[in-house]
Amino acid sequence: MFDDFLLRAALAGVGTALAAAPLGCFVVWRRMAYFGDATAHAAMLGIALALALDVPTFPGVLLAALAMGVTVSSLGGRGFAADTLLGVLAHSALAFGLVAVSFLPGVRSDLSAYLFGDILAVTRSDLMVIWAGAGVVIALISWRWSALLTGTVAPDLAIASGLDPRRDQAALTLALALTVAVAIKVVGVLLIAALLVIPAATARSLARTPESMAIAAGALGSLAALGGLAASFRFDTPTGPTIVCVATCLFLISVLIGGRRKR
Amino acid sequence: MTSTDPILSARGVNVRHGALQVLHDVDLDICRGEIVTIVGPNGSGKSTLLRTLIGAIRPDSGTLTRAPGLHIGYVPQKLHIDPTLPITVTRFLGLPRRHPAAQIADALHHAGLPDLAQRQMSALSGGQFQRVLLARALLENPDILMLDEPTQGLDQRGSAAFYLRIAEIRREMGCAVLMVSHELHVVMSASDRVICLNGHVCCSGTPEVVASAPEYRALFGTGTQGALALYRHTHDHGHDHDHPQEHAPVEDHAI
Repeated sequence: MFDDFLLRAALAGVGTALAAAPLGCFVVWRRMAYFGDATAHAAMLGIALALALDVPTFPGVLLAALAMGVTVSSLGGRGFAADTLLGVLAHSALAFGLVAVSFLPGVRSDLSAYLFGDILAVTRSDLMVIWAGAGVVIALISWRWSALLTGTVAPDLAIASGLDPRRDQAALTLALALTVAVAIKVVGVLLIAALLVIPAATARSLARTPESMAIAAGALGSLAALGGLAASFRFDTPTGPTIVCVATCLFLISVLIGGRRKR
Repeated sequence: MTSTDPILSARGVNVRHGALQVLHDVDLDICRGEIVTIVGPNGSGKSTLLRTLIGAIRPDSGTLTRAPGLHIGYVPQKLHIDPTLPITVTRFLGLPRRHPAAQIADALHHAGLPDLAQRQMSALSGGQFQRVLLARALLENPDILMLDEPTQGLDQRGSAAFYLRIAEIRREMGCAVLMVSHELHVVMSASDRVICLNGHVCCSGTPEVVASAPEYRALFGTGTQGALALYRHTHDHGHDHDHPQEHAPVEDHAI
């Protein structure tokens, strides 16, 4: 049977995957993959801040990720293409975060836990934070689902129907920051965007409606989390990257099946 | 059906895109149940005016007034659905509010697309897509239907049929209709009013008034059940501001 820490790891992985799934669909539909990267990388700055102030990392990460999301949202159209701007912000946030952390004594040895996650060390209270955060993300996305979907298809359609796509964009930014803060323990700063994008991209070829794509992404993400956990236990590999590898294998299978179906 | 109280008004609306003044002191009133067509050349600010009226563009100055609780049915000129987004016709018709299945079926029947309910939006032809956009706007039960270049890409017969359908919708639902056309010469004879826009409102009135005015000459097309009318006019007043493009010579627009 499962050891206690394996059960906790499995629950942490599934909780994160369920939060990442519907959000990841919007990241894919709205072409925000780089935006997800920038928000996730900003978490490194948040970690440095939290460690320096000797406070828990969750609020630090949440704050840094939110600040990045708001910055990116408000920086459109200043003479740089969006992907250039995001490239600058994503990588500089990571670099500055790593440099900041290096000033703190005794952190260097834990660095890979922040970069690639440390799902096997998830505590009972971590688990509570993960599931509470995931619950808020899922509730937020469900509440704004139809408005977000309309704004994704065309902002003007949403506005004409009396909705406010900018406010819904803000809800998405908040959900993204929360997901980053939740997922950091599971897959780490570098691979969070993979957890958002890959299950959603895999679900695309299986789905006929936006809702079925989100549900399929949740199932595939959970499968990747559990499969990755099992594989890393069996082969003694780092768990976060193994989860992403399993998700990628599922993606490749869906591409092959989808390609065959089209022929 | 038409009452004198406007459901949508613009007063002194100015819109700039950077240094370029796109709309200049635009006044506009749309009353319940009337069909108004905005015509003007490319770059005359027609789409900008429509997007300002739906609230997508905030005017730099001037006021917009809507009747309380006004429902707008908007049909954009173009709509690109990202290929990463799977969505059936039925699901699209339920954006942003879902409707009962019977109502969806009815809407598809009226749009002449009864068999396409489960088809992916990306698999529709241009004409089918346009009709689904219109059906979606009608499901919002609009007080005013706003259409941006609805006949673009349709041939003459297709646009004539489309205008007849619009007249039918107004008759059935009693909603006002505000349409944009870049075809200066093509004006719906069923329009109650025509507004000619070139950054500002050059002129407006019923097609008949426009047709009988000395500066306008009306020529009605044939073979289109009278739905299409041709008219020509010259501008007898000066433009004290620059537009990227003034009206092209009328001869260029002859069918």
